Amino acid sequence: MNILVCISYVPDTAAKISTIADGSALQLDGVKYILNPYDEFAIEEALRQREKHGGTVVALTVGSESAKEILRTALAMGADRAAIVPSSSLDSFGVAVNIAAYARTMNADLVLMGRQSIDHDSFQMASTVAALLDLPSISVVSKLDISDSTVRAERDIEGGKEILEATLPIVISVQKGINEPRYPKLPDIMKAKSKPIEVVEIQTAPPRVEMFQFSVPQLKRLGKIFGDSDEEIAEFVRLLHEEAKVI
Amino acid sequence: MSTVAVYVEQRSGIIKRPTFEALTAARSLSERVVALSIGACDAEMLGAYGATEVVVVEHPLLREYSSQAVAVALAQYLRSSDIRTLLVGGTAQGKELAPRIAVLVEAGYMPDCIELSSDGNAIVAVRPLYAGKVRAAVRPLTDRVVVALRPNMFTARTTESAAIPSVSTFSPTIEDRDRRVVLKEIIRNEGKLDVLEADIVVSGGRGMKGPEHFVLIEQLASALGGAVGASRAVVDAGWRPHSEQVGQTGKTVSPNLYIACGISGAVQHLAGMSSSKVIAAINKDKDAPIFKVADYGIVGDVFEVIPKLIEKIKAIKQAATS
Ligand SMILES: Cc1cc2nc3c(=O)[nH]c(=O)nc-3n(C[C@H](O)[C@H](O)[C@H](O)COP(=O)(O)OP(=O)(O)OC[C@H]3O[C@@H](n4cnc5c(N)ncnc54)[C@H](O)[C@@H]3O)c2cc1C
Ligand SMILES: Nc1ncnc2c1ncn2[C@@H]1O[C@H](COP(=O)(O)O)[C@@H](O)[C@H]1O
Repeated sequence: MNILVCISYVPDTAAKISTIADGSALQLDGVKYILNPYDEFAIEEALRQREKHGGTVVALTVGSESAKEILRTALAMGADRAAIVPSSSLDSFGVAVNIAAYARTMNADLVLMGRQSIDHDSFQMASTVAALLDLPSISVVSKLDISDSTVRAERDIEGGKEILEATLPIVISVQKGINEPRYPKLPDIMKAKSKPIEVVEIQTAPPRVEMFQFSVPQLKRLGKIFGDSDEEIAEFVRLLHEEAKVI
Repeated sequence: MSTVAVYVEQRSGIIKRPTFEALTAARSLSERVVALSIGACDAEMLGAYGATEVVVVEHPLLREYSSQAVAVALAQYLRSSDIRTLLVGGTAQGKELAPRIAVLVEAGYMPDCIELSSDGNAIVAVRPLYAGKVRAAVRPLTDRVVVALRPNMFTARTTESAAIPSVSTFSPTIEDRDRRVVLKEIIRNEGKLDVLEADIVVSGGRGMKGPEHFVLIEQLASALGGAVGASRAVVDAGWRPHSEQVGQTGKTVSPNLYIACGISGAVQHLAGMSSSKVIAAINKDKDAPIFKVADYGIVGDVFEVIPKLIEKIKAIKQAATS
């Protein structure tokens, strides 16, 4: 099975992110970047599917030169090959176009990704890539079974789970709980450092949406904080009832 | 602005609330609001929330839900019409469906929008980025646009002036290859209200000290008719199921009331609940970051405060019904 796993390089969630003075751009200087947490599950799932079905796992990122770091992580975990589309200026659609193009060249049977990139939390990549490839997709998958070319998956929805059936080739985005990602071993980390990383030619795609103004939200909260005496608890409940009218 | 279409999400004949929210939002953008339903639906109800027309998309291959086939069908409809804007509720189903339709109609896709306006011609939206640390104003650079709305950010309101919408049928061309993925079964978490669908969410964190003490959270939630949520710390510890996790890597909720009990208020937790209408917190540490985003707070021990809260809430509820 040809497996493509797409991974993204994102600011650490603890990073401070603000805007430049006039709000025309984000201030991302000095921000620490990490492998998108969900993509660890995608890499692990790719390796497990390869263990079952044989084949090759290729890790791909669309990003800046420094994103190569996460490809090394994927290699150390066990990916066979790694590739980068060296661009950090594409919008989500442009990223999808490049992922789809690569999936086509390698003739991917299974394209795996995380359910969301924790930078923009778009939840869109699996559906977008699948639509570009004219393939089925299932997003936010917490359980995946593939036998022959039949795919059975479970995904989380409001108040429960869905069980879906599909056929290969397919695009799947995964959710925490699907597996426990392995830790790469030190010798594998060392070996991964010297493995080649394929640099893929960028497919240009005109952006489809534009983010044109950024702001730091001003949280307008009342901040009425009380102690824990009986009277104060009573007042807290009264305010929720009479002032906020939410209970 | 020109016509706005809204995708109607229904399950077992019941229209989901995010659809009504999207209809209300659509009404503020355009005079003509077309509700797109897969199969039969309650057109009168859609009209009450602002649909001026209802299009029922009919095809035998659409009877079993397939996101792929539904996207193909809706894209065909949009292409056959002069509609440039589609609004979708950002539910599990909507978030999977909307980007697919966007590709098929060559539209820009704007996910997770929390504000919408129009500059006369095009839609302008606001969406949170980086766990809500910043917000971006976004607009499409394409002729068509598909917008997903974060649930519970737009109030669903019926309209006085509602007329019964006209209903028409659209028959798309669907082939077997358009439904290479199908929904086979839904397993409900029986008897449990989901944090995504509740008006009130009561969440517990590590301050609850152990899974056995979540009975207090359950009792408080049940006194309020709300759902139980949890911080990642307690989900990771195995005290609560992942389906209850609120936060950037859990669920993003915007209930009318969110009560955080023994939760410190880490940025990743805030990402999942800071758009709640009213936020209340109980924490024994007066400097806990959760108080910075709280409307109402009690500095105290959850084990002493929650039982008293439950008692007082029950008294209010009783007074209201007697
Ligand atoms: C990539 C990433 C993603 C993450 N995603 C999420 C996410 O989706 N959701 C999420 O919640 N977290 C997430 N986190 C984790 C987050 O950073 C915090 O670690 C977590 O939210 C802390 O949970 P907590 O508030 O329950 O625990 P703590 O931070 O330990 O806080 C416990 C609080 O309870 C209070 N307390 C203790 N005893 C009592 C008592 N008797 N009475 C009253 N108060 C008491 C304490 O004062 C303290 O404020 C993520 C982290 C990362 C790195
Ligand atoms: N620049 C990128 N390069 C490779 N994969 C990506 C990129 N951006 C997003 N993805 C993949 O798409 C998933 C969902 O991201 P998103 O839809 O952007 O929230 C991520 O978990 C990644 O697996």
